[in-house]
Amino acid sequence: MSTPQPPMPQSAAAEWPAAPGAAPSAPAYPTYTSPIPVVRTHLGHALASEWTKIRSVRSTMWTLGVLVALVVGIGLLTGLVIANADPDLGGESPLSLGFFGLLLGSMCLITLGVLTTASEYGTGMIRTTMVACPSRGRVLAAKALVFFLVAFVVTLVCASVVGLLHVSLLEEYNAAEPTGEEWLKGTVGVSLYLALLGTLSLAVGSIVRHSAGAITIMIAAVLAPLVIALFMFSSSLRDVQQALFEYSIPNQMSIFYANSLSESGPSDWDPLWIMLAVTAAALAGAFALLKKRDV
Amino acid sequence: MIELEGLTKRYGEKVAVDNLTFTVRPGIVTGFLGPNGAGKSTTMRMILGLDHPTAGDVRVDGTHYDRLKDPLTNIGALLEAKGVHPGRSAQNHLLWLAQSNGIPERRVREVLDEVGLTAVARKKAKGFSLGMGQRLGIAAALLGDPRILMFDEPVNGLDPEGIHWIRTLMKSLAEQGRTVFVSSHLMSEMALTADHLVVIGQGRLLADTSMAEFIERNSRSYVRVRTPQREALLDALHRAGVTAVDGADGTLEVDGTPAEAIGELAARNGVVLHELSPQQASLEEAFMQLTAESVEYHAHTGAPLPPQQQQQWGESWRKG
Repeated sequence: MSTPQPPMPQSAAAEWPAAPGAAPSAPAYPTYTSPIPVVRTHLGHALASEWTKIRSVRSTMWTLGVLVALVVGIGLLTGLVIANADPDLGGESPLSLGFFGLLLGSMCLITLGVLTTASEYGTGMIRTTMVACPSRGRVLAAKALVFFLVAFVVTLVCASVVGLLHVSLLEEYNAAEPTGEEWLKGTVGVSLYLALLGTLSLAVGSIVRHSAGAITIMIAAVLAPLVIALFMFSSSLRDVQQALFEYSIPNQMSIFYANSLSESGPSDWDPLWIMLAVTAAALAGAFALLKKRDV
Repeated sequence: MIELEGLTKRYGEKVAVDNLTFTVRPGIVTGFLGPNGAGKSTTMRMILGLDHPTAGDVRVDGTHYDRLKDPLTNIGALLEAKGVHPGRSAQNHLLWLAQSNGIPERRVREVLDEVGLTAVARKKAKGFSLGMGQRLGIAAALLGDPRILMFDEPVNGLDPEGIHWIRTLMKSLAEQGRTVFVSSHLMSEMALTADHLVVIGQGRLLADTSMAEFIERNSRSYVRVRTPQREALLDALHRAGVTAVDGADGTLEVDGTPAEAIGELAARNGVVLHELSPQQASLEEAFMQLTAESVEYHAHTGAPLPPQQQQQWGESWRKG
């Protein structure tokens, strides 16, 4: 028993907020005043609380653990296999080999992003969250920010490790020494892109409110355009097929390594701006729905 | 203080909460009573700003919930759904809640101690029994040491010791000058804890009175009569214009006639009586009568207490 405080009616009455237009009668009742200091909450509180949430569940450790294992494991494997084959890389950048691991790793980021929002609906915890922080926009912003930073840092570390690994493994096989911009795009660029893809999943999770549903939607969004394009044989659909190829998420990712599957379409940093715009739109939609719907 | 004004919630055609107006005052325990599906939880969700009212208004200490800058130090709530991630430990659950409102972290230890969960603080919530989950929910409600406490069906899943504990807790919280608002579908539970009673049925306000007044107004008094000469007594009562209904174990129950009058009537007609005792109907019966009327009003059935209703009660109790 920690809080049996004697009621302090006087000071309490003084503290009562005078509601404008409301407060039909002066509260003549005794009321309780807590010794706990009153704090006006802000985004910082929501960020601290979301950080505690994301680090205190197993699913975070699982998805990020699998991400690291996939990216580093596949990177190491491809590097070793190619090095053993004693190839001539013809002056190509070794960074592009990191693409395969990150493409698979994106599934982990999608899953974690969706779980960050949608799992709260499955457990009913979203109510606790919204009672603790009635500003729904703040909750969504805090979730998105914390997730984005976690996803970005983990992906960046993985991509950098794999990049260094490939460069050191393959430099003797006539691989090009990556330029500064190639390094930037192959590590920071692609990590920003994937962290945004995860944040998009987080927004979709908040809109759909169902983990399995949202994960399915996001994985379909990654794979479907490419697969559909593969089966567009009709020549009248050539343009559509081309666009599906070029704007599919795997192709957009490959642009960070400048080995795009196609010659036209987005180039340089375009994929990042495209993903930024799509994610911003999805977050705006999630925010509008969050405000409107009952929890 | 919680003030509801014409609070209404519609889901399509269905009216879940219908024009509720009442005030929950500090310093006492206010019981919020109604059968399952009466709209209690919906009302509580609207108080907490989780559900948007279709019409009307609800204020917490004069402010809309979503305008509160430090909600958890104003109002602590235990909602029906546990609202805990099964994979998170009790301690971490309370920690993120404390952080979200800038509550000192020592409070986590304090409330865990207060509800008796210190030993399992690091255990995952999915291993908790219903009662332990309930205690964790209560710990979360107490975390901000709030002026207002709201408990949705707090005794659910608690063992007798736990039930006794929560009753004492609610009373002491109210004695400290806090507003305590507790929902239940068990009249007997409310009779032991609540000072004031708000009863709803089908989303509508049925009663808003002090507990004492409710008992006085709603409990039916009747006289139980046991006799070996059943037919003779029924004849005599009938001739005197008194109606009797069958009670349990072959007894008769007479409404609205004092025991003395029935005794004298029996004596005049030479009927032997084995029992003649004035009875007070239980509060549970009074409550069921009250809510049954609201059901009857909507369903247009004749019987005041249809057996189906009885069954629902049993079910709801077991489910709870």
